[in-house]
Amino acid sequence: MGRVMHAGAAAPIAFDLAKQSVRDLNQFLHGDLARVATVRVANPDGAHSVAVAVSAPVRIEIDGNVGYYAAGLNQQATVIIDGNAGPGVAENMMSGRVEVRGFASGGAGGSAHGGLLVIRGDAGLRCGISLKGGDIVVGGDVGSYSAFMAQAGRMVVCGNAGEGLGDSIYEAVLYVRGEVRSFGADAQLQPMTAEDLAAVTTLLAAAGLDYPAREFKRIASARTLYHWNADANQEY
Amino acid sequence: MCGIVGLLVKKPALREQLGALMVPMLVGMTERGPDSSGMAVFTQPVEGIKRKFSLYCGAPAFDWKHLEGVLSEQFDDVSLVVDANHGVFTTASDPIAVRQWLMANFRDLHVLSVGRMIDVYKDVGLPADVAARYRFAEMRGTHLVGHTRMATESAVTPENAHPYTAGEDWCLVHNGSLANPGSIKRKLEKLGAQFESDCDTEGACRYIHWRLEQGDTLEQALERSFEDFDGFFTFLMGTKDKLALVRDPFACKPAVVAETDDYVAIASEFRSLAHLPDIRNAKVFEPKPAQVYSWAV
Repeated sequence: MGRVMHAGAAAPIAFDLAKQSVRDLNQFLHGDLARVATVRVANPDGAHSVAVAVSAPVRIEIDGNVGYYAAGLNQQATVIIDGNAGPGVAENMMSGRVEVRGFASGGAGGSAHGGLLVIRGDAGLRCGISLKGGDIVVGGDVGSYSAFMAQAGRMVVCGNAGEGLGDSIYEAVLYVRGEVRSFGADAQLQPMTAEDLAAVTTLLAAAGLDYPAREFKRIASARTLYHWNADANQEY
Repeated sequence: MCGIVGLLVKKPALREQLGALMVPMLVGMTERGPDSSGMAVFTQPVEGIKRKFSLYCGAPAFDWKHLEGVLSEQFDDVSLVVDANHGVFTTASDPIAVRQWLMANFRDLHVLSVGRMIDVYKDVGLPADVAARYRFAEMRGTHLVGHTRMATESAVTPENAHPYTAGEDWCLVHNGSLANPGSIKRKLEKLGAQFESDCDTEGACRYIHWRLEQGDTLEQALERSFEDFDGFFTFLMGTKDKLALVRDPFACKPAVVAETDDYVAIASEFRSLAHLPDIRNAKVFEPKPAQVYSWAV
């Protein structure tokens, strides 16, 4: 086990996943972390479910690449992944912050209710699918079908977006700096308001990215799918 | 679910270590495919007009010595190297005639591959067990394609394991599932293809090979497959001098690539790449959907 230095309240705790299991790490993270400020994880080597379901204001620094579902269900914790993340990073995050310094695979931040997910590189397909109130900032591009059925929250994309962006979107708001290959049903460009400019500025600052907010376009719901339209003949 | 792995070494010195570098990649994909696994390795070509045939027989009592005797009488310049229930048979006789003869005279025997460079091994069992059974760690060559299988649409048998081959020096492994393997099979059977398993992947393998034989480039063949294949796939393919990779337009199945000056390695997940030399400095990326990637020896 990695609970080596309990003497100092803020002494970092080290885990080495070449020698310890993900279960060792996660059980520690699910225990009493009142006296733990920082946990450092070495050699994740693509392991799945690293630092899932943490519910404490602790900082977790992961040195390397993680596999599926890293930092899923996160609450309060700040999780820094100094590498790439596999599918479903920060899925269903409730609060806190997850930062991926490389790229993230599909479904990043899916159904996140709160917190901030920062992806410095590109995000794969279906980023922010069914977003429920969390914020996502992507330094690069997002893949196709991102923000599908996104209900609440915000997504800022500094690069380009793939096909079908925001398909069947509800009340989430998307901001894209680059090109959008195509919009999904009911997603539309809307004018940037002062409120949007402030939101983008705040989110970029929180993510540590530096672009002028005026370079971003707002995409949100046209709300035409909210009510059944018998005349649409199933064509949207 | 299934796992795919591929490795192509750029530095000739690394050809000696091809198998040793690959075994942890294959074993790393055990959780994605614990029921069977296999590998196609591209070796030094056999000389002249010779071809080699990778043979498999599931019957434990199969008399390989007898087979060797019969083959020596029937064909020219024969050698047979047996490893557990696999054999690599080399001959200078006409490859099409050899194949037909084998299928007609030894019905228990499966011809897993034909070519000047390719050897194929596949069997049921955990990847680590299959790798030990056929001594994958000792394999040498320029590139290889491996697979770990979790069966979804056909039985757990050696012939339903991957890689699949068609023609000569061509193989394919698949993570995903096709919804229309029957129509692909019927279409190809009308054109003369002979299927040897129930697996959906065999249709994909034979389809792409058929398009290549019709003169399509690999890119064109795969473009066409996006229209004719209904389903999900990440395909990894091996030719005599290339590895090629493609993911379906929805990118339902994962893949990660790591490239250095010494090698290109492909796997379903990064955990199969983590042990590779100098991986921290490798260019690691996720291949984009519906885009064809290929790397030459």
